[in-house]
Amino acid sequence: MVEQFPILIELCPLFGAILIAILGFRMPKLCYPITVLAMALSCAAAIGTFMMMLASPSGTVIYDLSGWGRVNDTAISIEYRVDALSALMLVLISSVAFLNVIYSKVRVAQETPSKIPHFYILYLLLVAGLEGITITNDAFNLYVLVEISSLTGYALIAIGSKRAVISSFNYVIMGTIGASFFLLGVGYLYIKTGTLNMSDIRSIMEAIPDDSKAIKVGFMLIMIGVWVKMAFFPLHGWLPNAYAYAPTATGALMAPLVTKVMIYIMIRMMLSVFGPEYVYETLGWTDVVVTLSTIAIVAGSFFALSRSDLRKMLTYIIVAEVGYMVGGAWLANSQGMTGAIYHLLSDALMTFCLFMVVGIVVSRTGDPKLTAFQGLYRKMPITMVGFTIAALSMIGLPPTCGFFSKWYLLRGGIEAGQYHYVGALLFSSLVNAVLFFRLIEMAYYHGAHAHGEPIRDEDHEQYRMHGADPDSQPKETLANAPWSMLGPMLVVAIGLIALGVFNSTVTEWIGQVVANLNVLEGAN
Amino acid sequence: MEFIVNNFNYWIYVILMMIGLFAMIAKNNLIKKLVGMTIFQTAIILFYVSIGVKGEGATIPILSYEQVHGTHHVEEADHAGEDDSHHAQADLPEIDARTITNPIPHVLMLTAIVVGVATLGVALAISQRIFHFYGSLDEDVILAKIQKGDG
Amino acid sequence: MAPMKIVALITVIITGGLLLYATGDFPAWGDPLSPANNSALSRHYIEQSRVETAVPNLVTAVLADYRGYDTMFETVVVFVAGLAILAVLGQGTSRERAAIQRSAERYQERDMINIMTARLIVPVLQLFSLYVLAHGHYSPGGGFQGGVMFGASFILIALAGGLPEALSRLSIPGALLLAGLGVLLYGGTGLVCMMLGQNFLDYHILHRLLPATDAVMARYHAMLIVEIGVAFTVTAIMFIIYAALSSRGRMTGGL
Repeated sequence: MVEQFPILIELCPLFGAILIAILGFRMPKLCYPITVLAMALSCAAAIGTFMMMLASPSGTVIYDLSGWGRVNDTAISIEYRVDALSALMLVLISSVAFLNVIYSKVRVAQETPSKIPHFYILYLLLVAGLEGITITNDAFNLYVLVEISSLTGYALIAIGSKRAVISSFNYVIMGTIGASFFLLGVGYLYIKTGTLNMSDIRSIMEAIPDDSKAIKVGFMLIMIGVWVKMAFFPLHGWLPNAYAYAPTATGALMAPLVTKVMIYIMIRMMLSVFGPEYVYETLGWTDVVVTLSTIAIVAGSFFALSRSDLRKMLTYIIVAEVGYMVGGAWLANSQGMTGAIYHLLSDALMTFCLFMVVGIVVSRTGDPKLTAFQGLYRKMPITMVGFTIAALSMIGLPPTCGFFSKWYLLRGGIEAGQYHYVGALLFSSLVNAVLFFRLIEMAYYHGAHAHGEPIRDEDHEQYRMHGADPDSQPKETLANAPWSMLGPMLVVAIGLIALGVFNSTVTEWIGQVVANLNVLEGAN
Repeated sequence: MEFIVNNFNYWIYVILMMIGLFAMIAKNNLIKKLVGMTIFQTAIILFYVSIGVKGEGATIPILSYEQVHGTHHVEEADHAGEDDSHHAQADLPEIDARTITNPIPHVLMLTAIVVGVATLGVALAISQRIFHFYGSLDEDVILAKIQKGDG
Repeated sequence: MAPMKIVALITVIITGGLLLYATGDFPAWGDPLSPANNSALSRHYIEQSRVETAVPNLVTAVLADYRGYDTMFETVVVFVAGLAILAVLGQGTSRERAAIQRSAERYQERDMINIMTARLIVPVLQLFSLYVLAHGHYSPGGGFQGGVMFGASFILIALAGGLPEALSRLSIPGALLLAGLGVLLYGGTGLVCMMLGQNFLDYHILHRLLPATDAVMARYHAMLIVEIGVAFTVTAIMFIIYAALSSRGRMTGGL
């Protein structure tokens, strides 16, 4: 049974979804418990897999689907491969998804009352897709799973309000372009290597001359594909509206996870398929990509400054953070890569925590603007504790994890001599400090605005009209934030500090991956 | 010229793909964008399937009866299920891999076609919903309505 | 809108140039010795799958067995598509469903020629789709193809006799149940393999359950089982997609 943990991560949400499809339409009450159970089991299996990975002497766990194994050192069926990086991601995805189910129960019933079974099935399959992406070792299987997570994502966004439908359409177009480029890139690898297994592609590719045009273009296609999907500036156009107008539960799941999983694919492709020597030395694009990510960080921060809608502001911060991680991964040294991976984990938790806070604030005050924060320290002290921790982490103050990830990234940037990237990181931290201290100040000192009282400005009137549309999500405010929303948020806030305090353990695990792949070799 | 003739399959897929990509980015009408999306995906399917082709003399990836069950004792096939040794490799004729089309691209593209259909279906549903809300499928008209505060 | 067109044109020219640049490095059209065609993987499937699975159609063998995990998710993709469309467009209210009953009575008013033609074609179509499904091991065919044809027979009923007529034979909740059962049949087959102590989707162990089979024939039969699961899902979802899109989610009237 123990050796079945890797597949159980995937099967729990899958069978949960099937169970809801069979029972849930007749008994909608069952949907929520089934989803919670499925996510809890999946989370347990992810932790089990993590333990397996730690116990295994090679630091990797291989699980072979269809039981064919390898013949003449060629994988003839699809296999799973778990190393420290994917194990960390699996634990992260499954626990975020598990906490989000609990958090979003109230909001789902409120926002999409007639579509509860649909919502939970799509939710579970989205999580199954994301977990599958992290664990699979087959390039084409990766594409199928990317499409599963995209399709469910389109629908989960489109069941929201009127604006969400338009954003979802843009997401479909951009998402399909991204996924198709990725598929084409995999085709280029297949035509040159004749296999789809990522480890095999790597070993066959070592025999192919470095100046192969097909491999080079294939790498570019894969990178462009994942950059579109992760909303790397200037390909970010679809993200802000899609996440800002999505239903609360969708936003809180997709905003932290989807872009991070795409960054994971990028790192996986760079390290395990093409190899650091090829990516950093043969191609020689590191300067270009790091410059692009510098631009992404600066642009994302500027856009975030200019938004007055809470969720819009957060989505532009995500765009800037994607720049952090792409830049870190392309710094071509182990500090930068460690920082990128560590930031992957901490940024997912920070974004998740902030989206949960904003969800609670918006659902209590009915106000999606920054002004909703006025005087909240007195009215919603518990929520604001979570908010403060997440904000400090976003700014990068110790002992939260945001400080340590930024520390690694900065050290990597200095080591690589990419001073514009270092400057952009500091600038972005400054912008985050301005953004969040403004909110904290507003929440602490402005006590005039009682919650629920409408704010008389033009935008808010529009918002009310929009809320009155029978087809859009209802906007009733909650009298009290229930513990099912506060609890998960506090757990994540504690997680932010824990991840910071135990940073040396985590970076040690990450170091395994980075050292195994010899990032240092030749880079310095 | 030879560069084009020897690689004409690649030229066709690139041209088709670019037509699709252009429509996806430049067209205003949402349905035309989706038409572009379908052309785009079909071009990739064409590319993959053309990888697996093996020139003249190669046949479809379905084996003949003799290739699977061997040439001797045709009547023995009735007991195929019960006789373990029947599947022993020794009785089987050699297969020249060059005479059979590569099955892998076909398998992959079966999956990709299904994914494409699924995406198209969801996109059509979303565009129907957009038409229901905004009364138009033209991007400019919809954007103008959103700006006016109708969104 | 000119600026968008210029952006698109530049993107297209750069991308197209890049792709053509790479084709210089590709093997010529139809080269049997190209890396993809001559790889160990491809040769293994062509030469060994007859011994390992006894299925002559290599595409079916690879699809349902070697890459069966992919195909399971392909089925899930179909399932997701149907469900997503229902989630976006809605399933119609109970008032609308009552209207279905009423308008079903107008069946007789539809065009007689269409209805009679459909009556002739539908049984043949359904029978042929079952053949395509069952014969997928020996000829082009299988779960997806058979399922699409079976779904098409319901669409034909809807086209000829109106959507209510088709819905009275396969309702939306019924179709969703069928689609769920299809995925369950596929995933369940894999799960049974796991319960018998093997890895997920390792069909050979099923010879303990299936009568008169050895390890090879167990794979052969399990492939048929999963193809049937696929056909269930595809049939149901094709019909759901048609019903939802043609009626804008109201599930009445139709084209």
